[in-house]
Amino acid sequence: MRNIIAIFQKQVKETFKNKTIFIQFIMFPIMAIIMENAIEIANMPENYFVNLFASMYIGMAPLTSMASIMSEEKEKNTLRVLMMSQVKPMQYLIGTGSYIWAICMVGACVFGVTGTYEGKELAVFIGIMAAGILASLLIGAAIGTWSRNQMSATSLTIPIMFVFAFLPMLSGFNEAIAKVARFIYSGQIYDLMNQMGYQSGYQPEISLEMVAVIGANMLVAILFFAFSYRKSGLA
Amino acid sequence: MKKSNMRNESNGNIVVLSNVVQRFGEKEVLKGISLAVKPGEIVGLLGPSGAGKTTMIKIVTGQLEATSGTVKVDSTSKEMGMMMDSHGLYERLSCYDNLKLFAQIYNIPFRRIDEVLQKVGLSEAKKRPVDKLSKGMRGRLALARAVMHEPKILFLDEPTSGLDPTTTNQIHELILEEQAKGITIFLTTHNMAEAEKLCQHVALLHEGNIVEYGEPKEICRKYNHQKKLQIRLYDGKCIEIANNKEAAETVQSYLTQELLETIHSTEPNLETVFMELTGSKLE
Repeated sequence: MRNIIAIFQKQVKETFKNKTIFIQFIMFPIMAIIMENAIEIANMPENYFVNLFASMYIGMAPLTSMASIMSEEKEKNTLRVLMMSQVKPMQYLIGTGSYIWAICMVGACVFGVTGTYEGKELAVFIGIMAAGILASLLIGAAIGTWSRNQMSATSLTIPIMFVFAFLPMLSGFNEAIAKVARFIYSGQIYDLMNQMGYQSGYQPEISLEMVAVIGANMLVAILFFAFSYRKSGLA
Repeated sequence: MKKSNMRNESNGNIVVLSNVVQRFGEKEVLKGISLAVKPGEIVGLLGPSGAGKTTMIKIVTGQLEATSGTVKVDSTSKEMGMMMDSHGLYERLSCYDNLKLFAQIYNIPFRRIDEVLQKVGLSEAKKRPVDKLSKGMRGRLALARAVMHEPKILFLDEPTSGLDPTTTNQIHELILEEQAKGITIFLTTHNMAEAEKLCQHVALLHEGNIVEYGEPKEICRKYNHQKKLQIRLYDGKCIEIANNKEAAETVQSYLTQELLETIHSTEPNLETVFMELTGSKLE
């Protein structure tokens, strides 16, 4: 536990100093606040921009942050030093992952407050954000473990991030994309958010399909991570 | 591969490697290495890139499990310190915060951070981010981190590579201070003068084999085939004479005439010995 706390605290200290990561954390919440308050179009669904940017946030911020932090630590040999200093790979992953999850949850709360969610709706919104952020973290950890350096992490992160961050948004314009998006966690989350937005007074229910898709996505990420870990270890 | 931490099995040695082989696929990186290191020694691992130095260190530190052979280390990995050539420092964090992370991991009091920072001469730069430090300062910080938890074994990978002579000397002094405390030090270096100055024993590695092992001066003496003396006279003349009985008379005559400025034996240095043994250069 001591090692996890030490790594968590180290990441907190780096938050404002690592501008690339910091921008990831704040960009979409800020855009949601600005757009939600500045743009008013007739018949626009409730919380349209909040849902849009929140689903993009889920697919982008945790995934890129985790992959970027891990690959940077590998490239600069800091991860190797940590592993040499009695830090177990799982302790590192929990310390770093819990930090990113916590920061992203602050972002999720900002989205929740920016929108008009209240009561059960707000709880469901925060809950599905938490699950989505966790799924993205697992994918980010798998990419970070697979990559040898930041360059290779970026080349993997960008296409994967596009799928998870942009497919849900594009599903509104194309039916074929919508069918594909049903099989990814961010697509399911975006669907539920939209239902809450379109139907006033809608009582959000977590469907079995949604749980199955998010669970299956997480399982694939865990398998990818396990494969990467067996191949080259963490450091 | 057998690995053990038992003191009584090691016959007073802190590290014993017996016939250690390391293969990566078809490639044999270590070809039956045997080495015994006494506590408190500085052991130099010398060899060109790809000789097997890093693999050997990884095996001793437990980062890698040898394909075959026996490794006995009278120390846990918590009792080891490591300074890598790339340093592995968090560049955005201050010197203090870099050390604080490891103080937390090793569960040592934070006052130790100030102690080691003072020791390596970085007290005034403790709040400065690592990316604002010079290469020499980074090296000293990495050394501070490696010794902060007072390890039994210290691994130093090219600790003075690319540093100016003043900083190199500072690092040498720090290394010798640590050795005086009884810490066993493994030093990989390309710098022959450094190896001769610091190491009690050196292992010359070539293509996964230890081609020579011993005290630096002894190795140089062993390969002194020429057995000559080099004499420099005040008039600028430089003479090489065979190191035998007749040489004594020659030297005495120069001394009597007050002509002799310097006199040296001409044994080879470690670089020359390595070239003789392997046909290739150390760097």
